[in-house]
Order: sequence, then C-alpha cells, then structure tokens
Amino acid sequence: MKDREKLELLRAKEYIGLEKIEGPLIFVKNTHPVGYREIIECVDPSGDIRLGMVLETSTDMVVAQVFEGTSGLTLPGTKVRFQGEPLTIPVSKRMLGRVFNGLGNPIDGGPPEKGEMELNVNGMPINPTSRKYPRDFIQTGISAIDGMNTLIRGQKLPIFSGNGLPHNELAAQIARQAKIRGTETEFAVIFAAMGVKHDVARYFVKSFEETGVLENVALFLSLADDPSIERLVTPRTALTLAEYLAFFENMHVLVIMTDMTNYCESLREISTIRGEIPSRKGYPGYLYSDLAEIYERSGMVKDSEGSITLLPILTMPNDDISHPIPDLTGYITEGQIVFEREMYARDIYPPIAGLPSLSRLMKDGIGEGMTREDHPHLASQLFAAYSYVKDVRNLASVIGEEELTPLDHTYLEFGEAFERKFISQRIDEDRSIEQTLDLGWEVLRILPVEELHRITEEEVEKYYNG
Amino acid sequence: MPDRVIGRIKRVNGPVVEAMGVSDAMMFELVRVGEENLVGEIVKLEGENAIIQVYEDTTGIAPEDPIYGSGEPLSVELAPGLIGNIYDGIQRPLEEIRAISGIYIKRGIRVDSVDKSKKWHFVPSVSEGQDIHEGMIIGTVRETERVEHRILVPYRINGKLKSIMPEGDYTVEETIAVVQTENGDRNISMLQKWPIRKPRPVSERLPLDIPLITGQRVIDTLFPVAKGGTVAIPGGFGTGKTMTQQALAKWCDADIIVYIGCGERGNEMTDVLTEFPELIDPRTGKTLMERTILIANTSNMPVSAREASIYTGVTLAEYYRDQGYHVAIMADSTSRWAEALRELSGRMEEMPAEEGFPAYLPTRIAEFYERAGYMKTISGKDGSVTIIGAVSPPGGDFSEPVTQHTKRFVRCFWALDRGLANARHYPAISWLDSYSEYLDDIAAWWERNVGPDWKKDRSEIMDLLQREVRLQQVVKLVGPDALPDSQRFILEVCTLFKNAFLQQNAFDKIDMYSTVEKQARMLHVILTYWRRGSEAIKHGATLIKLKKMKVYQDIVKMKFSIPNDDIEAFNKLEARLERSFDQLESIYER
Ligand SMILES: Nc1ncnc2c1ncn2[C@@H]1O[C@H](COP(=O)(O)OP(=O)(O)OP(=O)(O)O)[C@@H](O)[C@H]1O
Ligand SMILES: [Mg+2]
Repeated sequence: MKDREKLELLRAKEYIGLEKIEGPLIFVKNTHPVGYREIIECVDPSGDIRLGMVLETSTDMVVAQVFEGTSGLTLPGTKVRFQGEPLTIPVSKRMLGRVFNGLGNPIDGGPPEKGEMELNVNGMPINPTSRKYPRDFIQTGISAIDGMNTLIRGQKLPIFSGNGLPHNELAAQIARQAKIRGTETEFAVIFAAMGVKHDVARYFVKSFEETGVLENVALFLSLADDPSIERLVTPRTALTLAEYLAFFENMHVLVIMTDMTNYCESLREISTIRGEIPSRKGYPGYLYSDLAEIYERSGMVKDSEGSITLLPILTMPNDDISHPIPDLTGYITEGQIVFEREMYARDIYPPIAGLPSLSRLMKDGIGEGMTREDHPHLASQLFAAYSYVKDVRNLASVIGEEELTPLDHTYLEFGEAFERKFISQRIDEDRSIEQTLDLGWEVLRILPVEELHRITEEEVEKYYNG
Repeated sequence: MPDRVIGRIKRVNGPVVEAMGVSDAMMFELVRVGEENLVGEIVKLEGENAIIQVYEDTTGIAPEDPIYGSGEPLSVELAPGLIGNIYDGIQRPLEEIRAISGIYIKRGIRVDSVDKSKKWHFVPSVSEGQDIHEGMIIGTVRETERVEHRILVPYRINGKLKSIMPEGDYTVEETIAVVQTENGDRNISMLQKWPIRKPRPVSERLPLDIPLITGQRVIDTLFPVAKGGTVAIPGGFGTGKTMTQQALAKWCDADIIVYIGCGERGNEMTDVLTEFPELIDPRTGKTLMERTILIANTSNMPVSAREASIYTGVTLAEYYRDQGYHVAIMADSTSRWAEALRELSGRMEEMPAEEGFPAYLPTRIAEFYERAGYMKTISGKDGSVTIIGAVSPPGGDFSEPVTQHTKRFVRCFWALDRGLANARHYPAISWLDSYSEYLDDIAAWWERNVGPDWKKDRSEIMDLLQREVRLQQVVKLVGPDALPDSQRFILEVCTLFKNAFLQQNAFDKIDMYSTVEKQARMLHVILTYWRRGSEAIKHGATLIKLKKMKVYQDIVKMKFSIPNDDIEAFNKLEARLERSFDQLESIYER
C-alpha cells in the first residue's frame, strides 16, 4: 500500500494537455508512475469533471478510457488528475428505492449517497471454498421455468432473446412473482440497464411501481443516449451494490441486467480502437474472461445468509445462438432460457424454447422435500417426449402428416397441448409448482403409458392414472 | 527465499508486465511484482528487458515498482498432504487463503502449499549403506486412509545411504535421510520441488493395453480409453463435458484423481468439494476425496494462473505416478487454457496465427498431452497418467483451432452432440462422431477379465447403429411405413439400445456406475433381443408384437433395476427373454 500522504500529493497533481484522443481513449505523456486500472479525473475545457480508467500504463505513456465519452475534449485544453485508486462506490441499504447512473451517481434528484462503506466496483474473485452450493428452489409461477428449467436462488440464468421478443415482460414477471416457498423473504431487485431505450427502463419502473415494490429496487441506468463506454462500468457498479446487500446485509438479491449485447459491443469498440487482435466477429479474446468476471459475482457464500441471483438479458444478433455473445455467456452461466421467434409468432407467451433451454442447478433443487417427488422424472419425460415431437414435426414437413404412424400423430397432439396448455400462460398468471406439475401430467396423459420410459411404475400409478 | 530486486516495471498491460533494467534473471524464474508482492513468472528475456506474466490482478501496479527475484523457477511443492486439498493455479491452498482473506481472494498472499508443521508417520524401507538413486522409494507415509505416500529420492541424488531416520513422526521439512554422493552429503526430507513446465523423467514408456474403467457404458463399451491414454471431450456449452468428467472423477478405477477446473465455474468446484467427501468409492469403501486433488482456477480468477494451472496439475499427477500409481487428470477446460495463452500472447504483441491464437498453440497442446503415458518409473514401479481434456469450441463448431489441434494429439475422442443434449440423452456422447484408437490394444484385457465376446458384440451393435443412419435417411424421404418390418426392427433395436444402454443417469443410485460385467451382460441381452427378434420376424411375427412383449419393458429398465452386485439377475432376464421368444415363435411355427 502506498501511504496516504503520498497519495494525496499525487492526486493533486494536474497534467495539462493530452497527447492524443481516439474514440473514448485518451493518451497522456510524462506523468508520474500511474497504476494500472487507476481512476482518472478528466477536466474538460468547460470545467466539468469526467471519470475514466487507466487501461495501460508505462514509463512513457498512459492510456485511459473516459466513461463519459471524449466529445468536446481538446488536446491542449484537457486536464487530467490521477486518483491513485480504482473506481469505488459508496454502498448502503438506503440505495434501494433510488435511481443511479452507470457510475453509481444518483440521478433521481435525491442527495448523494454517503454509504456504509466504499467498495471497489471491479470486485474480487470469490474463493471457491467460500461458496455455498445453491439449492433453494425459487418459484417464479411460470411453468416453463419452474417445471422445466427451475431457477435456483444464487443461480446465474440468462435470457437469450431476440429483438422485439418479450424478454422484458418475462424478466419483470419473474421479478414480481419470484418467491421462496414457505418463507416470507422478499427479493431486493437491482436493475442495470446498458444501452437500452428510455421506454424499457420506464416499463420496468412502472411494473415495479404497480406491484408496490419500487422501494425495494435500485436502478442503475446507462441508457441508449448515454456514452457507450459508461456501459462497461454499469454491471459492475450494480453488482457491487448487490454484493454488499447479499454478503454484508444478508439479503436475497435478484439482479436483472439488460442488454448484455450492448455491453459486449462497447467492449469490442474499445478493443478495436486499441488495435487488439480480435478473436471471433471482432470481439476481443478476453470477452469470455470479462463476462465471467461479471457473471461469477452471483451465488451464495458460507459466511452469509444472502444470495445473488443473476438474470442477464441479451438479444442474440440475428437470433443466432452461436454468436459469440450468447455462446460465451452460455459457457459461463448455469444454463439459459432461450426464446424462440416461431413460438412467439404463434402467440405463445412466454416463447421459451423447449429443448435449448436448460437450468443446470435444477437437478439439486427439485424433487422430494424441495418441489415434489415426481418433478425430476416428469420433467425428464416431458423433455424426451417434446424432443420426439420436434423430430416428428420435421418428418411431417417432408413426407406430410398423412404418412405418419398413429403413434406419431398422438405425439403431435401432445406437442400442441404441451405448448398451448403447459408452456403458454398469461403475463399476470402466477402458477404454484403443484399446478405446474399437475398440468405436466395432464398433457402427458395424451401419450400411451408404454411411451413413458423415464417414469417409474409408482409414479404412473399415482400421477398418470391417478 | 532471499528476495533481490532484479528490475523495475516499465509497462503494465493487464497480466503482462514489462520490466526494465533487468540483468540478473533467468527464464521462468518466479518473481514478486510491486510492493503488493504479486506472484509472477519471467516468460521472456530480451536485453535489459523482461516480460513477466503476473498470476494475480495487476490493478494499481505502476511503472518504477520493483520486481523481486526468487532465484528459482515456478515450481510445485511435492510432499504428503497434497491429497484432499484444493489449490489455485499456482498451488496455493484455497482453504488457507480463505482463512486469511475471507470470502474473496485478496492479492499478494503467501501461504505454503503443504502444511509444514504437520507430522507424518514415516516408515523407512531402505537401510544404511544401501545404494541410493534418484526416484527410488525410501519409505512410506499413510497420507490418507486410501493412499500410501511413497517418499522418493529427489532428482539428481545418487550415492550411498549414510543414515536414515527410524520409523516415527516427522514434518515434511525434517531430514529423514542423508545420502553420500560424489558431491558430498545430501539431506533428504519428505518435501521436494519440481518446476511445473518440465516433465518428470521416467525409465521407459510402456504400451497401453489396460483400459481405464469408468463405469460409463458408452465409454467403456464403445469408446474405451487406456490407462496412460489421452482423451478429448469436445462439446458446446451445456452438452455435458463437466458432468462426464465429474462422473469419471467419481467412478473411474484410477488410484489418484487430479481435477483441474481451468477457467470454469466456481460453483462446479464447490460442488465437487461438497460432494466428494460424502461419496464412497465402490472399490475401496473410502471417500472419493481421499484420492482427489483439486486445482481451481475459475473463470473469474486471473487469466495467467489459468495458463499455469494445467502444468501444476500434470506435475502433481506425475509425482504420484512416480510412486507407482495410476493417475487420471480431468482438465476442464483446455480451451480456457488455450485462450489464456492467446490473451497473454496478444498482450505480448506476438504475431498471431489462426483466430488470434499464437503459432505455438499446437506445440503447447502436444507437450501437454505428451505428459500422459503408461510408464516404467525410475523407482521401478509401473505408473500411469491418463489425461482427459474438455474442449469448449466456440459455437460448438469442431473445426476451430483448439479442437482440431487437440484431435491430432489425442487418441480418443468423445464428441458431445448438441442434438442429443437437447433431447436430454445423457451422456450426449455421439456414437457416430466419437472414436477410440485403443480398441485393439485393450481387447485382450476384456477377453481375459470379462469374457470372449466384447469385441464381437461391440462390432455388432456399432454395425446396427451405422445401418440405422442409412435407414433413417430413407425414413426421412418416404416415411417409416415404407420400410419392411425387418428393417424397422433395426430402428427399434437401436432406439432400445440408446434408451436402455447408452443413456445413463448420473443421478440414479444404481445407474450412475456400471461394472464391466454389467455392461457386457446388458449388451448381450439387447443383442439377444435383436437376434431372436429378427428370427421371429422372418417367421412372421410383427413389430407391434415384439414391442408389446412384457420382457421388453424389463430390458428397458434393467439399468435401473439390476444393481452391479446382482449379476445373477441377468441370467434370469436372459432366460425369460429366451422363453418369451420361444413362446412367440411357437405361435408362428404352428
Ligand atoms: N450424464 C448426465 N446425466 C444427467 N444430466 C446430465 C448429464 N450430462 C449433462 N447433464 C445435464 O446437462 C447440464 C450441462 O452439463 P455440463 O455442465 O456437464 O455441460 P458442459 O459441457 O460442461 O458445459 P460448459 O461448457 O458450459 O461448462 C447439466 O447441468 C445436467 O443438467
Ligand atoms: Mg462445463
């Protein structure tokens, strides 16, 4: 640690004039030794202060990105001060119910937040030995999730969506309906918006307002007309508050982040300007690690009762799940909820694709004592049968439905019922897990019992016949 | 370690730091960077400048900060006390770090890799005056209930045993033996060091002809790996790489497991950490943690330590191999390791080859897999290191560089299929795209240990699976009704084989692990159904009749209903099967 006095001294030093400006990056020469990832204050010609961060430091040049953008900066007229420390924000419980910009400064007209403590927004890696494996079932009231892709407290489960699909509606519905059964615990919600339009933010605010939970929500907004570079800090400030609430205040926090695609694009922008060697589609090679730094901040730890459940939303460019953004996300998160445009066109809400969606933590959070004893086998059977439906539909599209065997026709009937009765529900419909599972059996009864390889005889007796 | 300043920082670019004024440093030397004492390694020397790869987050590190040299290469500590531990990529014990720094991993923490104060009960196995050579076993320590740790003479110590301590309790640093060598007396303790980037020497490589039994049917029966072999498991996200590796770590018949979480999820390591101490190894009755070492460099931990974690893991594995053990390494995922190479290389401004990866990527992959093998060790015992590496191809596309280069250097390939995973057919190992080059080498083992039919039965079912593909193409054009029953029966048998044999539920108490005997019997039952069924069809039986046979359901459920220790049950099942067909045929013959 550098001692305080020296730090104060260096902080007061002001360097006048920049060597170069390129996009959101500034280059400063002849400085004192500046630390990597240190925060800078950039005083523009009008006297306003913009924050930035050091990306590269050397004896002859410092490269920094300016979060609030470089528009209006001039080479001779810009002054730079180095803060000697990485970006921190004050955090406290009082921040719930308030609105901040991406850097954590209030934009709701209220007073600045003093905070119980100051935390580094970059966070630190959680020691795997301090983690507690998440196992508690969250009932979202949505059958496609609760029944087939169960959400677990402390899980990171993204929504892979596409432009114009109802991902905001689903995220808001989850935020409204999420509960741990048998407990009164409420989720605190942290909402981080990166590069989305005002009406998206307004939609969420309205939805929280209507259910009267707004005082339990903190919003971090870096909207479409804010500088794109600010988006790079937004998820980090939001998660810093989430970590404080979860691990210091023992609260259960649900973090919704939208749209991660915009975040990744900002990252690509910086990387391109710096002339880094790109990997796929121009995204930097470290996109995986960078996203992991964000997503891995969710979870539960042994020394606290709280949890961070993370629901990032991303729109798949061109609906392509193999695009680097959904692809790398899927490699980091604990499953994914995938939207299917074709289902949406058939007016099925939520349009959650049956097969590519997956919750990896489901296996430890369902079954006897958690949801219901029949849940694991029922879900597995529904998946298997629905996957066969997809095969039959493909076949039918080539050879025509008439050529199908009677059994295959039954499967088609099952597929329709599964999508229309089980998956599909109203946007304000909150189903209990029992309702969800019973519905599952109801549609499964369309199939003859010989087809149910994944169900035990007792389950057939009790639920299929019963 | 007497730290000396070997230079000062010139430039910081993420985990890559350039140093200036460097005159006295060696390649791959372990260094400490800045006042925070971050761990680093010298990876390039050029005139007065050095490039250092820093294994901790470099936030706040500034030009002019000092760099301290240690005088030794980045090494691991080898001694009793490794088993059951969880380390980061450079062998720092994470439990200890947690005790010091809480939930998060703070920087600059110095902790010993093995407990230096703990006393171990040492039993000597050599006597004074005896000739001593490197790699020789001079005594043993019970490391866990299951593992006897064999104390090896460190490399390059050869001579006569001058003295040896009697049986008793010693710390790993206490001298337990003194060897008189050409260069004077050398003290030996139970602790030795080995640089991670250097393979440990062996006497000779032996042929690979014993399978590593995994208990996973699709692997042991269709695509087996030999002890000392190399395997790649490529697959897109969520197709089952981690689950497969965990299943292997649990049930394979290796003596020691080194599980490397390289750039993957924190919760997966926690999962192993909470589950393994509770699980009992069916072969020894001891908990699985008693044979397991974990290396965790999760995706949010510094990227350069991810690069090192693979070498740390394989060096620990070689050390146990040298004691005469069969070690299996799970590396999840080697793609993250390759990406770490790419990131570091990019920051060093090296010329990229394919997709930004450095041109030396294939060499590095080859070097890693070359450290596997079945060896005659220098102690004289046989030991092996099997490497099972997950590969995470971007977009699930196997034509990318890491998958392609890995394929060149491994001899077994378990290709995970997105379609199977989506249909929840687990393990989603494709029977069409996977292969094993060990088949012929280990056939004799199956014959000796299980029965004469493995190879024949395997070929028969593989042949049916191939025929199924061709028939499916026909079905896709004209529908299933166009096929005669004899051909549709092939489709039925393949479906049965997939459901009843290939699919294996990792969460079912009985199904999660199958002995080779159970596998052979299951396959035999299915083939009997096939042979008798096709006969019956020739005699006029219909497909519906065959499927409605009561015994059919018993076959579908045999994986769940017949436990490993009740092989007798297969005799009954087979008898019932034969009887059912006898009855069926008697109808048609009349
Ligand atoms: N053998 C199996 N038995 C039961 N479920 C399985 C099996 N294999 C995979 N699964 C299911 O698939 C999910 C994903 O598997 P896994 O975590 O092994 O994928 P992965 O290939 O390692 O993905 P990633 O590359 O993202 O790490 C698991 O959480 C589990 O639900
Ligand atoms: Mg995995």
